[in-house]
Amino acid sequence: MIKVENLVKAFGPKLAVNGVSFTVERGEVLGFLGPNGAGKSTTMRMITGFIPPTGGRITVGGYDMVENPIPAKRLIGYLPENAPAYTDMTVEGFLGFAAELRGLRGEAKKRAIGRAVEMCFLENVLYQSVDTLSKGYRHRTCFAQSIIHDPDILVLDEPTDGLDPNQKHEVRTLIRRMGEKKAIVFSTHILEEVDAACTRAIIIDRGQIVANGTPTELRQRSELAGAVTLRIADADAGTVGQKVRDLPVVRRSEVLDNNGAVVRVRAFPQPTVKNGDLERSLYELAVREKWRLLELKVEEGRLDEVFRSITMPDTKRRVEEGTK
Amino acid sequence: MSADSQVMSSAVAGVHTNALHNIVTIAKRELAAYFASPVAYVFIVIFLLLVGFFTFMVGGFFERGEASLASFFMWHPWLYLFLVPAVGMRLWSEERRLGTMELLLTMPVSTWQAIVGKFAASWLFLAIALGLTFPMVITVSYLGDPDLGAIFTGYLGSLLMAGAYLAIGCMTSAMTRNQVVSFIISVVVCLLLILCGWPPVTNMLVKWASPWLVDIVSGFSVMTHFESFQRGVVDSRDLYYFLAVIGFSLFTTGVIIRSHRAG
Ligand SMILES: Nc1ncnc2c1ncn2[C@@H]1O[C@H](COP(=O)(O)OP(=O)(O)O)[C@@H](O)[C@H]1O
Ligand SMILES: [Mg+2]
Repeated sequence: MIKVENLVKAFGPKLAVNGVSFTVERGEVLGFLGPNGAGKSTTMRMITGFIPPTGGRITVGGYDMVENPIPAKRLIGYLPENAPAYTDMTVEGFLGFAAELRGLRGEAKKRAIGRAVEMCFLENVLYQSVDTLSKGYRHRTCFAQSIIHDPDILVLDEPTDGLDPNQKHEVRTLIRRMGEKKAIVFSTHILEEVDAACTRAIIIDRGQIVANGTPTELRQRSELAGAVTLRIADADAGTVGQKVRDLPVVRRSEVLDNNGAVVRVRAFPQPTVKNGDLERSLYELAVREKWRLLELKVEEGRLDEVFRSITMPDTKRRVEEGTK
Repeated sequence: MSADSQVMSSAVAGVHTNALHNIVTIAKRELAAYFASPVAYVFIVIFLLLVGFFTFMVGGFFERGEASLASFFMWHPWLYLFLVPAVGMRLWSEERRLGTMELLLTMPVSTWQAIVGKFAASWLFLAIALGLTFPMVITVSYLGDPDLGAIFTGYLGSLLMAGAYLAIGCMTSAMTRNQVVSFIISVVVCLLLILCGWPPVTNMLVKWASPWLVDIVSGFSVMTHFESFQRGVVDSRDLYYFLAVIGFSLFTTGVIIRSHRAG
């Protein structure tokens, strides 16, 4: 439903978005991850037709956003960054305005407002002026505006920004539920949201896509993925570390903590080791040494580590400058 | 992909969308925004007080001894100079400041529909303020036997002039998110449009430049074109002048907005 090909946006000499391509189909929730200033909002502004791309193509539901913007925009619901809303209107008036511009009138308009208000829990503030709303309510008001016409495509720029933990949870649940029937793109810099709501995630850094996959696939890119953590009671940390390191399947081991009674050790596999071999060897070692094994855990990998290792700004920039 | 778009076009088939509906929706919102704040009422009161003050105290309405609204209309170019930019300054700067411009322009409306809708609302607001000066007409009709035709064309010219100033304000408000800056620029532009045809200035210019050049310069002035409306004459050239200023300014507004979006 959304097809982005080789998208480029230059602000003066600066490339805010540089050759981004991806597609989103119905039933997909695409998480757009990246540090601040990576180009997430700029990409979304181009997809929704607010700013024209410097280069590349955007197709929304078969319509080219540059050549045929009106039918393309009709298919999209958009929550811009910082959830702007007309401060001089009531929540009801604001949603009514959005509904009218979406071509909804009379009964259809009333029903649409009712639905959006219910989904975003706005009943209590329906007749309140937008400028007196708390940040969370204002955010949800703007969110309600984006779903007022039950669009096939939703573009949400940091939809959970400024919400409290309960509201964040509600919004993620809502996104996941709506994602079953729609194509959704949402941006965030909160990594838990990827697990909580996405079917797929893209990591973008300095205008370029640096990773693209399901949350599980991304996690496997973590150094931690495949490592095994052991918890052993009544053992000497030095000996345990040494014996673990001496196994041929282990590339490296580290003692995580050692409070006298319990030792925690992590072993990283050699790159050639097959799945399952590391855990087996470690278990056999523990049996041989008569260690009192409390826990043996295969690590899945952590998204934040993946995120940090591919978007680490300082080291990468230094490398780039060094090669110039 | 084509199956996709077919499903979707049938989904939106029951939806009403046309240019006029969009313009009216945007204009209604804008007009409601004016009256939602006390500024609108303050504006109208100030406008009426100033109109009254200039007409009766400065313009010598009674001393003239004639049943006409000449002393009323003659102040309009000057009153509008400050009041109309005050109405127009928020049009686009406010949208930019609040970020609602992003919302508005990602709706299925075109930029020109948004520009026209917002302009129409503020013009209507000015028309309401102008309409509230009707006691003037009653007064002058009660005192004598005025030329109602001239009064009507005077109002028409005044409204067109307000529209021209407002379109300029609309353009300057698209340039900046700062309303004060927008106000100042549009006052300056409107002042130029007054001065280039204001007799004291043109009389001075004649000493320096050839008459035909002075004529051309004063041809750009609102003064020159508002003048015949006050005398009860609707010259199509004057009509076109105001419509051209409005058209040009709104078109430029569109260009400015587009260039801002392009970054
Ligand atoms: N209108 C603009 N003019 C100039 N630079 C801009 C503009 N909008 C964004 N940028 C720059 O483009 C980069 C990407 O910004 P943005 O897309 O907002 O990042 P993100 O949403 O990922 O935090 C930033 O460096 C930002 O300063
Ligand atoms: Mg952003």
